[in-house]
Amino acid sequence: MAHSNNNNPNILSPHIAPMATYLKVAGALFALTFLTVIAHQFKAQLGMFASAVAFLIALIKASLVVLWFMHLKDDNNMNRAIFGSAFAFLFLLWVLTELDIITRVFESSPL
Amino acid sequence: MSTDNTHAAGTAHVAHHFKDATQQYESGKQGIWLFMMTELLMFGAIFVAFAIYHRLYPEMFAEGSKTLDWKMGFTNTLVLIFSSFTMAISIAFIQKNEQKKAIFALATTILCGAVFMVIKYFEYMHKFHLGLFPGNFIDVAKIGAEHANIGMYFGFYYAMTGLHGIHVLVGMGLITWVMIRTIRGEFHSQYWIPVEGVGIFWHIVDLIWIFLFPLLYLVG
Repeated sequence: MAHSNNNNPNILSPHIAPMATYLKVAGALFALTFLTVIAHQFKAQLGMFASAVAFLIALIKASLVVLWFMHLKDDNNMNRAIFGSAFAFLFLLWVLTELDIITRVFESSPL
Repeated sequence: MSTDNTHAAGTAHVAHHFKDATQQYESGKQGIWLFMMTELLMFGAIFVAFAIYHRLYPEMFAEGSKTLDWKMGFTNTLVLIFSSFTMAISIAFIQKNEQKKAIFALATTILCGAVFMVIKYFEYMHKFHLGLFPGNFIDVAKIGAEHANIGMYFGFYYAMTGLHGIHVLVGMGLITWVMIRTIRGEFHSQYWIPVEGVGIFWHIVDLIWIFLFPLLYLVG
């Protein structure tokens, strides 16, 4: 985000992340991808937790991308709210659709 | 966006309908985030459908995911992560007025996108060769599938990876566009919002793949 540290709103003074930060984030993303595959080798032992582990790692990777690569970390609250609202509405879509399907009563037609 | 590119290098060029450079930058950025929200809703709806049908037919989805080669998905994940990294640093380079490095980073990003699509092409061709088509196009008896509705799994597979692949192609086109504009010297430490916008789009493409990889290839 462009902070106007000076009083001139026509001069953009963006927060430029150092190269080391980008390298660290990319390194973490690579490491987590390998971790996903390593965890996959223990799928039988992990049992029902296998998918939870895979998605937890994916969630951490996604957070790294959103916060550091997409710079939502340094962005304003409006953009955070916009991005977050997408997940809120998807959650509603999922919950309401599941509720519909779960509460359906299957009957055979008498006709 | 202003069509006036004749401004002196190093100063922000502000389109006439904006108050100042900061307002122009923040308006552009907010527009991109709104677009990202619609992207998440579009892909998210298919993810929700996947979650629901996976719950209804877990064995059928397990059979389908066994046909995928996780090594291909894994390689593509690494390629996309690397491309996200080069995309992110290209913006930092432009902000520091290191345009040559930025052009190199953008070109690398496009190349990674191409590598991703080539791997995807071989994956699709292999599936077609085995007769693994979506929906009604699949011949269940011919491929010897256990579940009669296995076509649904491949419906999800092609819809999700296909829509994602289209996004990779569009992203490659957009990156080419900002790369050409960078070569022309239109971006510098005071004006880079198109590059950042395209970058955010490219990252969301990576973000979706981060979830598609375990969903399709690993979790059965």
